[in-house]
Amino acid sequence: MQRIGVFVCWCGSNIAGTVDVQAVSDALKNEPGVVFSTNYQYMCSQAGQDMIINAVKEHNLTGIVVCSCSPRMHEATFRRTAQAAGLNPYMVEIANIREQCSWVHKDIPTGTEKAIILGKAAVAKVNLNTPLTPGESPVTKRALVIGGGIAGIQTALDIADAGFPVDIVEKKPTIGGKMAQLDKTFPTLDCAACILTPKMVDVAQNDKIRIFSYSEVTDVKGFVGNFDVTIKKNARYVKEDICTGCGACVEKCPMKKVPNEFNLGMDNRSAIYIPFAQAVPKVATIDPNACNMLKNGKCGLCARVCAAGAIDYTQKDEYIEEKYGAIVVATGFNPISMDKFDEFAYNQSKDVITSLEFERLTNAAGPTAGKLLRPSDGKHPHTIVFVQCVGSRCDACAEKGKEYCSKICCMYTAKHAMLTRDKYPDTDVYVFYIDVRTPGKNFDEFYRRAVEEYGVHYVKGMVGKVVPEGDKLKVQASDLLENKQLHIDADLVVLAAAIEPDKSARPLATMLTASMDTNDFFTEAHPKLRPVESPTAGVFLSGACQGPKDIPETVSQAGAAASKVIGLLAKDKLTGNPCIAHSNELMCNGCSSCERVCPYGAITYEDKEFRMPDRTTLVRRIAVVNPAVCQGCGACTVACPSGAMDLHGFASGQIMAEVDAICK
Amino acid sequence: MNNKYLYEDLLRMSGVNPKKCMRCGKCSATCPAYDEMEYHPHQFVSMVENGDIEPLLNSDSLYKCLTCFACVDRCPRGVEPAKLVEAVRLAAVRKQGANHLKADSVPDMLDDETPQQLIVSAFRKYSK
Amino acid sequence: MKVAYFPGCTLKNKAKELDDYARKSAEALGVTLEEIEEWQCCGGVFTTARDEVATKLSSVRALVAAKNKEQPLVTVCSACHNVIKQTNHAMQTDKEFADKVNRYMGEEPYSGETQVYHYLELLRDVVGFDAVKEKVVNKLAGKKIAAYYGCLLLRPNSVMKMDDPENPSIMEDFIRAIGADAIVYANRNECCGGYIAMESPDLAKKKSNAVIENAKAAGAEMIITACPLCKYNLIKNGADIPVVYFTELLAEALGVKEDTNE
Repeated sequence: MQRIGVFVCWCGSNIAGTVDVQAVSDALKNEPGVVFSTNYQYMCSQAGQDMIINAVKEHNLTGIVVCSCSPRMHEATFRRTAQAAGLNPYMVEIANIREQCSWVHKDIPTGTEKAIILGKAAVAKVNLNTPLTPGESPVTKRALVIGGGIAGIQTALDIADAGFPVDIVEKKPTIGGKMAQLDKTFPTLDCAACILTPKMVDVAQNDKIRIFSYSEVTDVKGFVGNFDVTIKKNARYVKEDICTGCGACVEKCPMKKVPNEFNLGMDNRSAIYIPFAQAVPKVATIDPNACNMLKNGKCGLCARVCAAGAIDYTQKDEYIEEKYGAIVVATGFNPISMDKFDEFAYNQSKDVITSLEFERLTNAAGPTAGKLLRPSDGKHPHTIVFVQCVGSRCDACAEKGKEYCSKICCMYTAKHAMLTRDKYPDTDVYVFYIDVRTPGKNFDEFYRRAVEEYGVHYVKGMVGKVVPEGDKLKVQASDLLENKQLHIDADLVVLAAAIEPDKSARPLATMLTASMDTNDFFTEAHPKLRPVESPTAGVFLSGACQGPKDIPETVSQAGAAASKVIGLLAKDKLTGNPCIAHSNELMCNGCSSCERVCPYGAITYEDKEFRMPDRTTLVRRIAVVNPAVCQGCGACTVACPSGAMDLHGFASGQIMAEVDAICK
Repeated sequence: MNNKYLYEDLLRMSGVNPKKCMRCGKCSATCPAYDEMEYHPHQFVSMVENGDIEPLLNSDSLYKCLTCFACVDRCPRGVEPAKLVEAVRLAAVRKQGANHLKADSVPDMLDDETPQQLIVSAFRKYSK
Repeated sequence: MKVAYFPGCTLKNKAKELDDYARKSAEALGVTLEEIEEWQCCGGVFTTARDEVATKLSSVRALVAAKNKEQPLVTVCSACHNVIKQTNHAMQTDKEFADKVNRYMGEEPYSGETQVYHYLELLRDVVGFDAVKEKVVNKLAGKKIAAYYGCLLLRPNSVMKMDDPENPSIMEDFIRAIGADAIVYANRNECCGGYIAMESPDLAKKKSNAVIENAKAAGAEMIITACPLCKYNLIKNGADIPVVYFTELLAEALGVKEDTNE
């Protein structure tokens, strides 16, 4: 028989506000096995923990029930407390009477009744608990970073700086991401290339970092410390180690009419191309959908002009398998499609552009060499209308756009407006806004400068319709402060399109068993206290894959993710989770049901000899769980038709005892 | 709010929840009848929300809305202001003797080409 | 094939040609428009208030008649289509409203089972524009035609679901199918002023002019529409290019136009 102590936490008024904690500790005192029961204001505090330790010693406790917040919050804390008191940490059970009780109930009688029931269930379980000892697993001291934008670059550099090898997998032919496409960066207006490209070079020159460009992750197996990852290196038809990036092939390629994705289709590139001058790796890539040689065997010019002999039309996709201890997701974002917002005539006029396109139009390396010219006729625009929140902050029932604020648009629009007025004082610049959101160091000052020093017209209101007519864009808008409808003849309209996670994120999350929210942003383990970790152990988050972020925030988060990875890789061994599956070999009939459902590949089979009562022997196939690989998800215990599979710490008997206690 | 009953009735009739409005003004930006209106679509939403309904009931703006549904389709919050305008208009014209369009005045408004549809539609909108 | 047909009041009077050309063209394309019996005027506009029942009964009666014939219900007039389709949607989604309406119907309750097509959708989704193209005998080659959708065909999009409400293409595809050039202009889905023409002709003039000017600036030589009220407003307010019903052009292209003027 266990000797159980019950400790009911008030959590200040969080629990005590809707639960009569005294009644709970009194009621649980009478449960079988309970020899001590009390309540206290903050059980997780030093005084609270000391109370538990003293009670264990004084009453010879063998098990502990803490009625408090979610086990995700403090289970680890109280397990450490138990250990300090000389108990096995797995003799602790948490009854969640906060998130699942006091926070969701409004009146004290209901809250108290439910808290008592939850406490009884925990007591019933502890009565059946047994001490558990976790196993250990080794750590592969190498990290994988998926995505080579500024988030991935910074994370990789920081991990490498601590001495651990890092691989970056980037699906584009070069690293650099969205930041490489930007012109200037707010709020200091330093040029994006000037601060990004040195980092890209650092990555290329760092002997701890390998770059898999034009590559993608196709399979992930294993678990924290021991991931087995398959990387597909797409055939680029150029030998990466031989190509010098001289660009002779690009110059000679006769197929020059391929929309240039780096400039968002506003100019063309050749079929063999280097995305931009500072690309890393600076090697050419052949676009198989555009190259005549690859499509119909007619051409071969690039191979003839390549002095290094780097062109290889027969190159095949290559699959690489590698082991990693930690994985960082840095898959970034994209602006949403403007197809559902054609009241702004994006698909009807070349002079209606997105903000990212505006970046390219003002970038010295862009399609107009940095001169702000209209895409339709190459003329200098004199009236420019910026529209904020296009597709952001939409209600779900509007069936288009995103519900969230995209966060970066207010600042980059202020930047675009300011820079336009600075470079072309003869332009009239209007910004239509719903709210101007500028929380950030020196952000609001920046926006005010756009208004006060640069004379940008900020209008509280929205654009309702853009009508291309002649060489003008007739903009119909509201000015809510003046209570007027405005009609502006504009030359250029710039849409601050909402941003969304990259499309590769969803399948990647499935591979990683990492959770996502309804918008396909990766979910963090805790929104405040563990913002750079995925709930899946060993998977970390960097940059806009977790939520809209500007560059300063992305770089901070990238560094934070790196420090978490370093903390993991610095360990030689990881303490495992003892709550794992085990098979009762006498009941197992080797049917393979468990193997089929195991997401971790932790179950194998072996033939074992059994001695029968009549002294004969029988060889039977039985399931064996690899304790280093099992993550204790419990899928096998449900799939097992004979009841042979069970989970340490969550045994069927324990669960049923809890259910019985609740239903009694 | 002294118009609580009317307020709730308007919301029930229209199915509109004015609290969803984020004050962007896109409805008024897109409204083709804006210049003819004393109260504009975004004001209908905020005035109803604030229970300030009386001025709307007495305003000619009720009869300027074209029910073109541009504000309904373009509202990023799914507020559907036109449905609210319609509900307020019905609250006004449903009263005994409150018909906005009287049959006697119609013949003067017609010409040889006037389609039947025009007369029928105007009656539907303006009279009960 | 045979489909149930709701002509509407204007098509029996001021817009007879919209009706005549629609029937003859459909026949030429292998579709018979079977006029439902004892149809009543749809009311011209859909009242969005959920407690308006009587004004929507005529639409529901037409829908039920089509259901009994086991045929989809086709309309040509944009306004009738809008009213009937919105009413059908309300019958599908608003149970309280549907219950009230069904007290006026037969034994079997109606809950929006009938498929509602605009004539243009019939051409696109049932006949197919490619099939239309094959039947064209008089190509209107080189003719620069601007489609005018107005508001009723497309909005509210959550109910009408005919096309992209902001950049539609069904009428342009129609124009191309009959061999002419489609002129795309942004005001093609803006309101002509509608029934405001009754009380505020000046507003209707302003709105119609904005449509005409935008179409002309884009190079249009002719405007087509599916709505008698749109046509009236555009012509009355000084359109100096022809404004015709799309069915007239279809009949011309199919070579059945002459047959219609009995």
